[in-house]
Order: sequence, then C-alpha cells, then structure tokens
Amino acid sequence: MKYLLIVLTFCLSLALAQEEVLFIIPAEISGGGATVGNNWADGANLAAEHINAAGGILGATVVTEVLDTQTDPPTSKAVIAKGLEQSPFAVIGPVYSGSTIVNMVEAERAQTPQWVGSEAASITQQGNQYIFRTSSGQNGSIPKVTRYMQEQGINSVVIIYVNNEFGQGGRAAAVENFEALGVEVLLELSTEQQQADFTAEVLQAMMMNTDAIFAYTNEEESARLLMALKQQDTSIPVFGEAVLLSQTVLDLAGDAANGVAGHVNLTAEAPVPAVQDFRAAFEEKYGYTPDHNGMKGYIAMFVAKEMAERVGSFDRMAVAEQLHCALITTEDEPGVLMDIAYDENGDIDRDTFLISIEDGKQVVTGVLPRLKNTCADQ
Amino acid sequence: MSQDPNNTKLQHEIQGQRLLKSKLSPSYHYLMWALGLAIVLALILAPLWLKSYGLILLCTWAFRTIAVQGLNLTMGYAGQVSLAQAAFMGVGAYTSTLLIMKAGYNYWLALLIAMLLSLLIGFLIGFPALRIKEGHYLAFVTLGFGNLIWLVLRNEQWLTNGPLGIRDIPRPSIFGYSLFEPVKFYYFSLAMLALSSLIVWFILRSPWGRAFKALRDNAARSESLGLSKTTYTLLAFAIGSALAGVAGVMQAGLVEYIDPDSFLLWRSLLLVMMLVVGGSGSLIGPFIGAALVTLLPEWLRFTGEYYLVIFGIGVIIVMRYFPKGIAGFLPYLKRRFFTKEVQA
Amino acid sequence: MQLQFFIQLLIAGIATGAIYALMAVGFALLWQTSGTINFAQGEFIMFSSFLILWLMKLLNIGLIPAYLLSLIISMLLFGLLFKRLLVDPLLKYGDVPLIIATIGLGMVIREMTRIIWGANALPFPSLIKNQVLNLGPIRVGLADLVTIAVAMTIIIALQLFLNKSFIGRSMEATAQNQQVARILGINVDRMILYTFLINAFLVTSAALLVTPRLLAKFSSGEAFGLIAFMAAIIGGFNQVRGALIGGFLIGIIDNLAKFYLARIHLPFSDSTLNLSPYAPAIPLILLIVIILFKPEGIFGRKEERSI
Repeated sequence: MKYLLIVLTFCLSLALAQEEVLFIIPAEISGGGATVGNNWADGANLAAEHINAAGGILGATVVTEVLDTQTDPPTSKAVIAKGLEQSPFAVIGPVYSGSTIVNMVEAERAQTPQWVGSEAASITQQGNQYIFRTSSGQNGSIPKVTRYMQEQGINSVVIIYVNNEFGQGGRAAAVENFEALGVEVLLELSTEQQQADFTAEVLQAMMMNTDAIFAYTNEEESARLLMALKQQDTSIPVFGEAVLLSQTVLDLAGDAANGVAGHVNLTAEAPVPAVQDFRAAFEEKYGYTPDHNGMKGYIAMFVAKEMAERVGSFDRMAVAEQLHCALITTEDEPGVLMDIAYDENGDIDRDTFLISIEDGKQVVTGVLPRLKNTCADQ
Repeated sequence: MSQDPNNTKLQHEIQGQRLLKSKLSPSYHYLMWALGLAIVLALILAPLWLKSYGLILLCTWAFRTIAVQGLNLTMGYAGQVSLAQAAFMGVGAYTSTLLIMKAGYNYWLALLIAMLLSLLIGFLIGFPALRIKEGHYLAFVTLGFGNLIWLVLRNEQWLTNGPLGIRDIPRPSIFGYSLFEPVKFYYFSLAMLALSSLIVWFILRSPWGRAFKALRDNAARSESLGLSKTTYTLLAFAIGSALAGVAGVMQAGLVEYIDPDSFLLWRSLLLVMMLVVGGSGSLIGPFIGAALVTLLPEWLRFTGEYYLVIFGIGVIIVMRYFPKGIAGFLPYLKRRFFTKEVQA
Repeated sequence: MQLQFFIQLLIAGIATGAIYALMAVGFALLWQTSGTINFAQGEFIMFSSFLILWLMKLLNIGLIPAYLLSLIISMLLFGLLFKRLLVDPLLKYGDVPLIIATIGLGMVIREMTRIIWGANALPFPSLIKNQVLNLGPIRVGLADLVTIAVAMTIIIALQLFLNKSFIGRSMEATAQNQQVARILGINVDRMILYTFLINAFLVTSAALLVTPRLLAKFSSGEAFGLIAFMAAIIGGFNQVRGALIGGFLIGIIDNLAKFYLARIHLPFSDSTLNLSPYAPAIPLILLIVIILFKPEGIFGRKEERSI
C-alpha cells in the first residue's frame, strides 16, 4: 500500500510537472532488525505524505525511496551507494549502528546530510560533518537514568543486558556512569535475543542482595524478565530506559510491569499533544502502534524540511553546516513534535521524561528539561 | 538407501555425455569460448559504465564466488557438507583486520596468515569429524563450530570490539600504490577471483583432483586402488576453508567494517544455497550461484517487498527441476541444441 | 538456598525443554522415516502461531478451537502439501537439494508472514493465567507446570501410538528399513505421509506452548529450527526418544549454564569470573563432543544409516 502511495505521489508530481526532492531511506526492512526498520521507514513515509499534503518543501514534492539493508552491513553499504548515485537531498536512516557505521562514510563522501536512528556513542565522535541523530545517543540518555537511580537511594545494582550492539552499548555506558556516581555494579548478566526463560538471571540478582536491577534488553525479553521477577515475588526495584518502559512491554508483561521506573528519552506515549496526534495518524495509516523508531523517522524528515527552508534551497552542504548548533522549536516546525537542539557533533537534546509504571499505566513523574539551546549556551 | 539408483543414473549421464561429445558440433566450442571471453572482457571493462553501486555488487560477487569455490571443493568434490563456511570467512576477516590494525602487519602478509590460519583450523576440525565416514557428521561439527566462532567474536570485546564491530578497515596497496578507490579495489577483487579460479582449476586438473573425482564417482573402487577417502576429504575441506578465509579478508576490505553477525549460521546456509543452486561439483557453478544471490535482489527490485519471497520460490523451483543446479542444466542444453542427430 | 534455586531452575528448564522436545521429535521423525532434513521446521512453528492468532480474530473463537482448526490447516499445509509438492519430487535426488529447497521454503514462509502480519511481535494468549505456587520454599509458575503437563501428554501419547498401535509399529518398521517394510506388505508411502502429519501436529502444538512465552514474531523460526536440529543431533536423530531427551537437555542446560557461569569462584582467591556471555556455548560444546565420541547421539542406535 505504502509503495502504491509513493508511486501515486510520483505520478501526480509528474503530471503537475512540479519540482521534486528525493529522500533515500536505507532501513532494516528485512532481516533481524525488521521491527525497527519498518517502524522507521513507515514513520518517514508518513512524514513525506504530511509534508506533501501541506505543499511540499520550497514548492518541491517530496519523493522517497526505501532501500532494504537486510540488517546486513555489506548490503547496507551497497544500497546506499545505489541511492546516492541519484543525488538525493538527504539520507534518512538506517537504525542499526553497524549499518550506520558502514554507510555514513559513503554519505559523507557524497556530501549528503544523513539522519540516523542509531544510538551507539561512537557514531558522532568521528568528526563526520554530515551525520545527525534523531534521539540522544546512549552517551546522552544513560547518564540521566543512572543519576535518577542514585537519587532514589540506590547504592548497588545488577545489570541485565541483551548481548547485542544495542545492549552492549547501553551496558558500557551504564557501568561507566554507575562507577562515576559511586553506585556499585555487583554483576553484569548477559542475555540472548530470543531467550525463553529469565529464571536464572532473577535468581542470581536475588542472591546478590542488590538494591536494584538495571534492565537493558529488547521489548520482548524485557517483558519476560519482568514476568520472571514477579514469579519470584522479589521486592527488587527495576529501572530502565525507553524500551523497558514502552507500551509494548506493558502490554506483554501486564501487571508484572507495575513499579518499574526510569527515564525515557523519546516515546510515542509522551504526554505531548503533537506526539499523540502523530501516534494516531500512524496507527490509522499502518494499523499498528509506532515505537520510538517510527517517531524518529518522522521527525528526521521534518528536521530536513525545516533546514532546507532555513537555507532557502536544497544546498546539502549548507544544510549540514547550519544544522550544527541549530535549535528547532515546534513553533518553527510543528512536525518535529518536540523542540530539538543539535550540537556541533550532530548529537541532539530535548526534554525527556521520568516515568514509572503504576496500575499498568505510564505515569510521568518528572520532566528533565533540555540542557542546552545551542552550542553557545554550553 | 537411495544412493545406488542415484549413482548409476549419474554414471549413465556421464557416459552419455562422453558418447555424445564426439558428435558435438564444433560450433558449441566456439560459442563457449566466445561467451567466456565476452564475459571476461565485460568484467574488465565494467568500470567504464558502472558507478560505485555496480562495482560494490561485482566485488561482493567476487568474494562470494571465492567462498563458494571453497565450499565446492568440500561439497561438490569431497561430498561433505560444511555449515561453517561463513564462520571461516569470519576467521579470515578478523585475523587479517586485527593483524593490520592492531599489530601493524602488512596487508599481504596478514592475508597470507589469515589464509593459513583458516587452513589450519580446517584441518583441526576436519580431522576428528571426518574419521566417521558415513553421514553428515562434518555438517554437525561445523554447525557447532560456526556458532562457537560467532560467540567468541561477540564476547572477546578486548580483541574484537564485540557486537559493535570494527570500522575503518584499510584496503590494500601494491608497492605504495593504493587500491582504495572503488575501481582499483574492483580490479583487486577481480584479480583475486582469477587467482582463486586458477588454483581451483589447477587442483582439479592435478593428480590430486583426479583422485577427488574418482573418489566422488566411485569411492569403493578408488579406495581399493589405494586412495584414502578420509585424507582427500580432509584436504578438500581444509583448502575450501582457506579459500573462505581469503573471501573474508576481501569482504572486510570492501565493506571497511566487520561485525560478528556478518558471519552467522544463516550466512553459511546462504553460501551452501549459492553452491547447490549454481551447481555443485561443477567449475562454473560457484560463479552462477554467487551471481544469482548477489544480483537477483537488484533484478527483483521492482517487486518491492516481495523480492525475498520470489527468491525463495525461485530456489525451490530450481531444486525441483534442476536438482544439480543451473550448471547442471548446461549439459542438457548442449545435448539438446549442439549435438547432431546421429545414431550412436 | 542453593538447592531450592537449583530445583526452581530445573523446573523452569524442564518447561522450556518440553517445548524444545516437541519441536525436535517431529524433526527427527521426518529425518528418520523419509530422510528429510527440514530446515523450515522453525518457520512451520512460527507460522502456526500466527495461524492460531489469525483464526481467533477472524472467526472470533477461543484459543482451543483456533488451535484445533489450525491443526487441520497445518496438517494440510505442512503435512500433505509439503510432502506431495516438495519432498516427494526432490527426495530421489538425495538429501542436499531437499535441504536447500526447505531453506528456500523457510524464507518464503518467513517473508510472507512479515508482509501479511508485519514485523512487530504480537502477544499470544496462554492456556491458563499464570499463578505462582509455593511448594514449601520452592516457587513454581503454574504456566510452567501446565506446559510440562501438556507437552508430556502429547509425547507419551505419541510414544504409545508408535509402540503399541499397528500403524505406529508399521511406521517404526518403515523408519528402520524401508525395503524390509515393503516386503512385509507395509504401505511405505502412506506411513511416511503419517509422519508428516504427525510433524504438522507437533509443530502446531509446540507453537501453542511456546508462543505465550516468546510471542509471535516472523523472525523467531530460525532459532526454533536450530534448537530442533541440535536437540535431534545431541539426543540421536535415529530415535524419537533421542530427540526427546535432546530437547529436554538443551532446555535444562541453558538455564543451569546461565546461572552457574555468571559467578564462577576462582580457586585460591575471593574473586569470581563472569562467563555469562558464554552460556550459549555449552550446548554447542556438548554437540561437538557427542558427535566426536558418540556420533549416533546419546540415545541413538548404533548403526550406520545411509542418509
């Protein structure tokens, strides 16, 4: 359906002989990252539709081309080369860090700005002037959880992480921050994707007499972990990040999720009217609830739009240059959903939320305001 | 149980071909030579009209062909299934990358060591597994080994950087002349492929290779002539693994990045699929199989998200109608179109 | 404290192992009777769970009726059609083309599922609402016990069928030696068809038990297939009992390895070693050791099978 729409948009624009602007969307459409990649690409395509409905960018119609990376770095490198041969205005994607690391080099060589959903810390630390995040990396979000936990009086912690690029990145950042705060990391438990049973991890945590568990696993595994905890009837509090506190985990874990707390950097359940409108539009169009990746894909397109309008043309180098240290508020461009500030590396900051689960619902217990407006304010 | 009818059928076919060969019209040979030359020429001239995407695809085809050529020695000629071909690529890729980036080795020396290490590991795994002659025991052992390799690559972060992978992997240079540019790296890949093809061709033409084929076609008789099936199978598997190691080094250079997930069991299965669909036990089978798996997604792009479904159905159809792979279809074409209707 | 934990781990491991056993037994049956090494087994399980979900929603029926209905569909698809359209024409070429074709089939099922039902994991209803039972100091989930009970019932019924009934014994005879079975007047082709139907029944039952824990997701088949394959090799693929024990063994070992590898006390010091990232290596090492020292599997018959 979505491809049909793209084709229709394409034909329509030909008929009107209107100017077009191409966005390529390399994403994990098939393979292990398909859940994430489809969310991302659907979000970006929804944004393209909304932008075109409102008259396009600088009078030009947005045309998107989704490229399947198959969640495979070599394929990711090939498809982005293919996409870049058509001189797109921007690259929107991918999400998996491995795929991003491989193809951000290509986008940089082609001097094309690239917005990615990846959270690995190293991506923005290479001096690449064309790479931009759509959510704060793990180096930005993890310190907020660990700080929050320390403020809750936690002195020791067991980390349960999924042993993939996502979990390893989070684990490394967490260990570093816990140590800096003087919170003792008693044990780091590695778990697998698709792990069926979490009894072993829960019993280990109980034996360590830990103050808290920091859980950093994917949605399905987070739910299983919470259910295993409930089965042991422990009083160990569980803290986590966006994934642990997501609606998906709530739906899957049921009342086992009650009492879980943490910090959420970007969530489709944020108590912001624009975010809820986005969520409703997404659900209506695609028939499922978006996660934060769908949101990131959507926001990325609107950041690109806003920057093209600020520059006044589709000058890719100027867009990349001006986005560093830029602040985009929802008044400038409602499509970014929440105010977003870029720093000189392409990292971002926005308001974030402290959330705990009560009676099966997310309750916002605090808002952590954005730290900086532009680079000069730092 | 189904072995015997199968074998005799095979032999009939081989004999049939021999009989018919004498009656082949000369145009067949001319055509084959012309076709071969045209393809080689097209590959050499490809950078004239291909941009970076096309070159990346061809480089991918080149390293995959080398890995499948290695697998062909194990499966096509020695008759054993290896489910760790991608894991051996991982051994090669990580060995060379770490030697170059962490120990400062020269690219070519690192390539050589990576190849030798893959060869050695091939021997170490193949030796115990191949003592058991019947059944797919090599397949089982390599299944376990491949997954273990993946675990080590993922877990030993101090060495491999774990699931986050290694980036900015250098490409080779010859006498100070860098092969970094896409076109130059393409010619490097092409040269490696030519070299590997020559080696495989030479192995199969040598007395060694004749022994391979004799063992494949009639193990009992060949063993009675003093050929040891185990020894030759082990050699085939080890050399095949070494070629996978080389392919891994080439992949690392092409992508400039490696991570453990690129060498999972699924990748090994894909290589087995390339070989069998292309035609195992045939010299050109690996070229065809690797080309299909690499280029087909591109040709099927118009089908949108259905391309993997269509690809899967295609694989089933090829197996259903050409169980010896696409290369197995060529002798049929030869008989059908290039033999004169002469009574035997 | 330690013993109580050990028992809890064991029970949880047996529950997972029982599901793995269901996956592996069907896999081994196909292998044994027809020489089919089915690399699409995991996708069969994954697809069955989507089938159940789809029927529940489409016909607005409960879990059990949907399960029974999808048993029929799955027997048609993964039993009859799979055998007639894919296995029968390919088997005469030896096992490798068939393996490749089942890999292709797995790919088709996986991608079609993704296109039809999306890439997100879907929740799946469990047979009963989980409750925690306190048996003295030991805490056990009711869901685990029900899983074990259901899986064991299916397995025992299957064993009785294979060993006691006439058809079952004919199937066993077919599995052991097709030529002899033919001489005995057994309709070999029909017996092979029965094993395909039984496999279809087992994959759908495994889906019913595993999906409440692992959720319905298009990509989960790969892991299931690998487990079935490994369980069959470890236990002995020429015996149903072997695959059964292989499944249980993998479930139990997984749990114990994760627990005990997390803190290994080093001798002569207070420090501990955390090897939890290597927990998945234990079944793999077991697999390799068994092949090298007892190639027919722990419970396999010692005979040279010409597969």
